[in-house]
Amino acid sequence: MASVNLKKVRKTFGRTEVVHGVDIDIEDGEFVVLVGPSGCGKSTLLRMIAGLEEITSGEIHIGDLLVNTVAPKQRDIAMVFQNYALYPHMTVFENMAFSMKLAGRGKREQRERVDEAARILGLEGYLDRYPRQLSGGQRQRVAMGRAIVRDPQVFLFDEPLSNLDAKLRVQMRTEIRELHQRLKTTSIYVTHDQIEAMTMADKIVVMNGGHVEQIGSPLELYDFPANLFVAGFIGSPAMNFLEGTLVTTSTGRGVRIAPDCVVSIESQQPDGHQVVLGVRPEHLVIKESHTDAGMANDTAGIEAEVIVTEPTGADTQVFCRVAGKELVAISRQRHLFSPGTRIRLEAQARHTCLFDSDTGQRL
Amino acid sequence: MNGRSLGGWLDNRNVLGMLFMLPGAAILVVFLTYPLGLGVWLGFTDAKVGRGGEWIGIENYQWLWDDSVFRLSIFNTFLYTVVASVIKFGLGLWLALLLNRHLPFKSFLRAIVLLPFIVPTVLSAIAFWWIYDAQFSVVSWTLVKLGLIDEYINFLGEPNLARASTIAANVWRGVPFVAICLLAGLQTISPTMYEAAAIDGATPWQQFRNVTLPMLSPIIAVVMTFSVLFTFTDFQLIWVLTRGGPINATHLMATLSFQRAIPGGALGEGAAIATAMIPFLLAAILFSYFGLQRRRWQQGGRDN
Amino acid sequence: MADSEQREGMHYLESLPRRWVTLYIPLLLFLFFLLFPFYWMGLTAFKPNAELLSTEDNPFWVVAPTLEHFKKLFIDTSYPSWMWNTIIISVVSTFLSLAASVFAAYAIERLRFKGSHQIGLAIFLAYLVPPSILFIPLATMIFHLGIFDTRWALILTYPTFLIPFCTWLLMGYFRSIPFELEECALIDGATRWQILTRIVLPLAVPGLISAGIFAFTLSWNEFIYALTFVSASENKTVPVGVITELVEGDVYHWGSLMAGALVGSLPVAIMYSFFVEYYVAGMTGAVKE
Repeated sequence: MASVNLKKVRKTFGRTEVVHGVDIDIEDGEFVVLVGPSGCGKSTLLRMIAGLEEITSGEIHIGDLLVNTVAPKQRDIAMVFQNYALYPHMTVFENMAFSMKLAGRGKREQRERVDEAARILGLEGYLDRYPRQLSGGQRQRVAMGRAIVRDPQVFLFDEPLSNLDAKLRVQMRTEIRELHQRLKTTSIYVTHDQIEAMTMADKIVVMNGGHVEQIGSPLELYDFPANLFVAGFIGSPAMNFLEGTLVTTSTGRGVRIAPDCVVSIESQQPDGHQVVLGVRPEHLVIKESHTDAGMANDTAGIEAEVIVTEPTGADTQVFCRVAGKELVAISRQRHLFSPGTRIRLEAQARHTCLFDSDTGQRL
Repeated sequence: MNGRSLGGWLDNRNVLGMLFMLPGAAILVVFLTYPLGLGVWLGFTDAKVGRGGEWIGIENYQWLWDDSVFRLSIFNTFLYTVVASVIKFGLGLWLALLLNRHLPFKSFLRAIVLLPFIVPTVLSAIAFWWIYDAQFSVVSWTLVKLGLIDEYINFLGEPNLARASTIAANVWRGVPFVAICLLAGLQTISPTMYEAAAIDGATPWQQFRNVTLPMLSPIIAVVMTFSVLFTFTDFQLIWVLTRGGPINATHLMATLSFQRAIPGGALGEGAAIATAMIPFLLAAILFSYFGLQRRRWQQGGRDN
Repeated sequence: MADSEQREGMHYLESLPRRWVTLYIPLLLFLFFLLFPFYWMGLTAFKPNAELLSTEDNPFWVVAPTLEHFKKLFIDTSYPSWMWNTIIISVVSTFLSLAASVFAAYAIERLRFKGSHQIGLAIFLAYLVPPSILFIPLATMIFHLGIFDTRWALILTYPTFLIPFCTWLLMGYFRSIPFELEECALIDGATRWQILTRIVLPLAVPGLISAGIFAFTLSWNEFIYALTFVSASENKTVPVGVITELVEGDVYHWGSLMAGALVGSLPVAIMYSFFVEYYVAGMTGAVKE
């Protein structure tokens, strides 16, 4: 086990720069998820850590070792690929023992370690099968077994679950997490799926366009996104964004999102500042419909028109339109508004985020 | 880290690449690229068998330009190539379409059909030679017995008949190649395309015209390029059946080049004839290359 | 087809008479056209001379089959040594070419060294260079090298068309092996050599078989080089021997010619029958890029 440190790591392919000076510190035993949209450079970064791509500039340390010019096999890492990369002409046993065989380890040691890994992963009955005779989930386990057997300093995962169906994905997510808790090997996991990142990571690194946008624990990122990109990327359904101007009204500070609509918030920024107000769907409380009595306080809510209501069973997602923008609110109540119904939404001031509309940074 | 050891050096892709290319490249440079150049050079010399040549410029070509046999061989080569290729394409496509239908023993039929292509051409040409025999031809025998003709046909003895006969033998050998390659292309067309077309109300002919042909055109281009190249440079069939006769009516550029150079001993002149084939071959390759470029979008192929 | 549900398609719409006219009858005509020369070859090889030269009897059958022509072929001519030459030359040049091609194809397709793209294109162009424009300069070279009229003359020249073909074919096979397998092996501690021998080659076995079978048939069928570079009877290959030695002036030994053609075709035909799928894959693979 070892820490992994990236210092000003850059990667260019020809003239295009795909990773722009990235700094990441991964502590010993941590489970770190690199997440971002496709083409954000996360896979390239992982491949540089693995030694499959050359580092254009910067430094990567695994433990105390500077690995920039070290071949993959000498980095003491194991990698699980998106398509598993199981050797089709080898049995499960041979797949898992291949690295030990190359290293010239004895037959007995090979047997013992493969058996141990197979036991952990529940693959005992499958060691003599070929990859093509296994189901998707089993192949996934073999790929992990191959990594476990090597007892490496670092596990690298490159979107390992994206070829599985939804149900299996959830199950394997838990299994990988359990495995990490048991082995405590430093792990770096690349995915484009923010739910995987949220559920699995000790620490998430959000990347976009070759830059690191934010590093933090899942809930830090969820509650205190550093900028508009992270705010929009983490969480599903995505955070609602409303553009407006900071104002002070009789009831306190607020953001004017439309001439007749002010959302109250808590802020120290000066009035007149152009901002983007971010509210997560579950923090938009649906008030009584506006035909009800007691709707006197005009500034307490946002008037909205329902577009569609989607019950998922556990909760209800209400899509509505406010000042020409679409918003979504999630409620535990089983609302059944027909399209066009006018409702009032109240944003919980404690949970709103304010972003500078020019820089996109959080205020 | 033990620096750039031998192992590390061998893991360098450029070094290792060159090393891996070496055996193949050496053979090809010595026995293909060099002779290609040597052949062009020989075409400008008066080399004879057993005697090195002197540079004589374009004398060989001037001489050939006035040589009626050489001109005839160009005409023959084009006639042979165009007629045989067109027939091979038509019959090959038809056979491919037949084999692509719902059939019993499909793979067995496919295997049988390819036989003419895999058997040594020279040896099957001998069978044709016997079939075309002036006295004992089985074709003539049958036609006479059927009362269609009165006397035996002199297949290889008359210029135009000989041309037709050699073309028929070439078609016999080439149809399986075209058919099996096109069949492979047909099998890559998803059945859902036809199902969609059928539901859209397309007749079988419209399906062929609007689905099959456009989807197949890239592979048609490649297959026909190969077919044209092989037909254009054919030697074996003609050599066995007619040796260029009667009165040079079936001499192709390849057979004429051989005859002048090896039995005739005029290496320089033979090389000049062979070199004269290169522009035509290049034209055929470029034609199909640009044809393919244009058609790549139809397969949604990646650009590389 | 993504799902595994069975489908039969729309064949139920076709009536039987229609199928006969549009499918079975044309197919039978094709089969007759393509297979008749083989029947004729086989029949003639077993026909006694008397029947061969008779214009009255039914030529489509043989009344008193004989092995006379085969006997003449094997005893009076050098046919056995032609056969032996052809086997040696085909096998050696095939293995030589296959070995060189494996390395070349792997280097072009997987090592991606500088200029590999251009070299790949050059290989394809080399594949299109026909023997009929190379045999004259090659003949002079063979003569200067002092290997005229030896097996080496053919073993060294056949790779000029075998290597481009095999390399092109194997490039396609190597391309179909996922990159990740090699990367994974790299992380597992394999060297480039181990990746080639333990991962890529075992996975490319179908490609190697295809290329090998095809190369063997191409060598076996080669004619113009064998005709030009070899002159002594005992050094000839089957195609050249049959056509040059069994024809004496105007006397054609049709029976022996056919027997020679039949026996000379058998090895490739037998090999082909065992590996049809590989052969077809090789042929179509080379055409499909």
